[in-house]
Amino acid sequence: MSTTLRAGAMPAPRSSLVGPIFRIFLIFALCMALPWLFYNYTTGRHSGFMLTMFSQMGMMAIFALSYNMLMGQAGLLSFGHAVFFGLGGYFCIHLLTAAGGGSLPVPLEILPLIAGLCSMLVAIVFGYMATRQRATAFAMITMGIGELVATAAVMFHAFFGGEGGVSSDRMIDRSLFGLTYSQGVQVYYLIVAWSFISILAMLYLTTTPLGRMANACRDNYERAQFMGYDPKFVRFIQFALSGLFAGIAGGLSAITYEIVTFDSVSGALSANALLMVFIGGTNAFGGPILGAVLITLMQSGVSLISNSWLVYVGVLFIGMVTFAPAGLAGLIAMHSPLQQAGRLKPLIVPYIRIVVPGLVTLIGFVGVVELLSFKTIGAAQGKKLVLFGNPIDATTAQPWLIVTGMFLLGGLWLWREGRWFHTLWEAMMADLKPKKGAAQ
Amino acid sequence: MTEAAIRLNDVRKQFGNTEIIRGVTLDIVKGERHAIIGPNGAGKTTLFNLISGRFPITSGEISLNGQRIDALPPHLIKRRGLSRSFQITSIYPRLSTFENLRCALLWNQGYKYSFWHTLSRQKELNAAAEHLLEEINLTARRDVPAGLLAYAEQRALEIGMTVAGDATVILLDEPTAGMSHSETDYAVALIHRMTEGRTLLMVEHDMKVVFDLANTISVVVYGQVIASGKPTEIRANRAVQEAYLGALEA
Amino acid sequence: MEIVIVSLLNGLVYGMLLFMLASGLTLIFSMMGVLNFAHASVWMLGAYFAYEVSRFIGFLPALIIAPLLCAAVGAAIEVWGLRRVHHNGHVAELLFTFGLVFIIQRSVQMIWGMLPMPYRVPAALDFPLFTIYGANFPAYRGFMLFISALMLLAIWLMLKKTRIGLIIQGALTHPNMVSSLGHNVPLVFTTVFAGGCGLAGLAGVIGGNYLVTESSMADAMGPIVFVVVVFGGLGSLGGCFIASILMGMIQTFAVVIDASIGDVLKPIGIALSSETLLGEILTVPMARIGPLLPYLLMVFILLFRPRGLMGTRDT
Repeated sequence: MSTTLRAGAMPAPRSSLVGPIFRIFLIFALCMALPWLFYNYTTGRHSGFMLTMFSQMGMMAIFALSYNMLMGQAGLLSFGHAVFFGLGGYFCIHLLTAAGGGSLPVPLEILPLIAGLCSMLVAIVFGYMATRQRATAFAMITMGIGELVATAAVMFHAFFGGEGGVSSDRMIDRSLFGLTYSQGVQVYYLIVAWSFISILAMLYLTTTPLGRMANACRDNYERAQFMGYDPKFVRFIQFALSGLFAGIAGGLSAITYEIVTFDSVSGALSANALLMVFIGGTNAFGGPILGAVLITLMQSGVSLISNSWLVYVGVLFIGMVTFAPAGLAGLIAMHSPLQQAGRLKPLIVPYIRIVVPGLVTLIGFVGVVELLSFKTIGAAQGKKLVLFGNPIDATTAQPWLIVTGMFLLGGLWLWREGRWFHTLWEAMMADLKPKKGAAQ
Repeated sequence: MTEAAIRLNDVRKQFGNTEIIRGVTLDIVKGERHAIIGPNGAGKTTLFNLISGRFPITSGEISLNGQRIDALPPHLIKRRGLSRSFQITSIYPRLSTFENLRCALLWNQGYKYSFWHTLSRQKELNAAAEHLLEEINLTARRDVPAGLLAYAEQRALEIGMTVAGDATVILLDEPTAGMSHSETDYAVALIHRMTEGRTLLMVEHDMKVVFDLANTISVVVYGQVIASGKPTEIRANRAVQEAYLGALEA
Repeated sequence: MEIVIVSLLNGLVYGMLLFMLASGLTLIFSMMGVLNFAHASVWMLGAYFAYEVSRFIGFLPALIIAPLLCAAVGAAIEVWGLRRVHHNGHVAELLFTFGLVFIIQRSVQMIWGMLPMPYRVPAALDFPLFTIYGANFPAYRGFMLFISALMLLAIWLMLKKTRIGLIIQGALTHPNMVSSLGHNVPLVFTTVFAGGCGLAGLAGVIGGNYLVTESSMADAMGPIVFVVVVFGGLGSLGGCFIASILMGMIQTFAVVIDASIGDVLKPIGIALSSETLLGEILTVPMARIGPLLPYLLMVFILLFRPRGLMGTRDT
């Protein structure tokens, strides 16, 4: 964790926080400007789809980072993290109703925090149970708690609203800044603000004794004990704090959609957290954000044009587990020694040689998946198949032959190029090493 | 009475039906450099695990500076001033060398479970960690993940992490195992320097190291202390020689 | 009374089905240290394979061919998947199987569609076996019990009498020992993984028409099987058996009990309304609370006995 953070600025340990903070504010400014890129000046409206997607990305970034407080930083594999997201949402929606009804004199901007604190209380109870166990038992107990809450959410009407969920109205006319939140862009700004507060807070946590000891307990549970720390207690606090941030994210989702259903506590969402964090990369602080953005993009973008996005995410995930266990952030970090040596340029041609067959394989794979799912699902729904902008007749053999051919031949080609690339990469890395040794 | 840093009173430990430690009674006097020797499988490391709270004892009493510690978990024993190292190197492989040492200092400097201090701003803590880094001669490897250090470097780090803070009693489990001659000499000097003014209890196979470092030696054979005394006495003790060598050959 | 006996029998049928899945999972876990998340997905594949085979050849061949196909799928997963990620540790292996869940589920949807399959009980077994107190006990359930009992016997014989069985037994108690004995561990791993998947496939064949063969069946079964394995104690086949039967009984009995905790409290003068969450929890009839019980039990047992009912090693 710390090594990747510091990798860029090794000689000056003091600046270990300054650099990221500056970068974060730059991104903050970019995020504020983002909706205006999709602003339609003729109608004077924001793109609703884009706003929803960006809002979702913000929430998911918080959620993924809070999950990484467990997975990446503390080495705890949880299968029930959505519990804290969802309960935050339920708390927030009830608070929203209360605030709208006048019985709770709190501005809307503060509600996510209160919801997060409520979630943290729940995380304290569940965390007390779960963090007494290690490894597999922890994973299983969190899964049990997750399924328990998800089942309960469908079953009980009093708090969870049963299958229909709980809805409310966010235009409660109680704002710190006099905003009505009638427009999506105002909600988006609220999400951006809370995202940055949460991200900064979680970044800060990684620099504290607790954050460091969480890493230590992940690396070597036993040794931490012989340093005077109770690893269970370290994990307990980490778990509770992680619940706080997940709750904030859930609260924001309640405000955005004005409805909370059992989906928000479901195992599917817990799985999503795992996918985002792992694909993004658990070792670098920003990895989960990357994963959250990518998965949300796939979820809302790909699901618009194809209903097979789960296959793509699944294949991407398995590919990452097999070939890049450090995630996207890990792939980027792999290049930093080459970048420092100023040797990125010789990689351009090899990359093209990888990307071209990669694209062919990808197109072939997408084609196979889409044709297959069209044949069984799409056709039954009376849809027309459109692939890469062309209408295609799935009843003839021709498109099947083309995509299968592309997939198989492209795959073979990619495999050959991949092996060549691998040896090249190893050679380049080996080339770097003696130089480092000589410098010392 | 009060002079014992560690007092073992008829300590026994059973694994299943097998008794590994069969009634050990031993006083480690404050400020003493005490080595435990004995053949393989005699129960030396088990004894360490019992003292440091890694395993619960089956019967008997263990006290540290006059207070019972035999029912305490490891972290509470450590907080009372007993620190130990491991025979099989036990470090945080993904944290840098510097972070490893800083972690070892955290509790002692009173940070507890704080999530409000920024580590990089804690001047005293960082100075102490840097100083320790210099002491174990790993300054050049400051930011290398500890898992990538060479074996001898990891052993030095292990010792550094154990002596970090102000533990009054230090337990070292085969600190020089697997080292070359020059590395061993260096490690001995290091241990000498770092444990100055503290009570040292160590398990060691290398007799040269034992005689270099220890001023008291206990011989453990088959879960019992068969002799305890000054190095010269032990060296001259025929019974010890026979039991020890005999057991070694068996 | 009749309801007790019928529920008892149904619970046994469901429990044995659970055991068929859970035993494979336990064997794989004890041997390889991997919790196979895709186990229920393979079970689903078994049901779909069985449907296809029984459509063309018949139910009896399906009983053999479908498990073999599932074993082949399992072997493929182990050889081309798990073995590649093995060096990244158990978590990577676990995540690999976790990713497979999505892929298998969606592939099934792509090949067979979203609608349930018309996979029915074979006509030859579609008659009431006997009648108790006016309730019919279908012959197919009797057949399921018979197959499960055969499987139980086969596993037991395999563990006690064969060489690979001895190795597996060794692995159950001493996970690190086996590799040092010089056995061809990769081969054993593949065999165990394929065997476990084959068992899941068999459960799919007889469970697919007992329940409903559809693409969401894995999602519904997966967590329950995990509950069984964890509740029984990871690595313990005996505990796994007890937990399976227990969960089967709980699931079937909960459905027929129409009382709630509130009903019990009423005679002692505590009246509850279902307006608040707590009130609702206490007044909901057991029949509806049924799906919650396995998870509640699992959380409780992990709290007080982290090793599970009969687990021998720390999880």
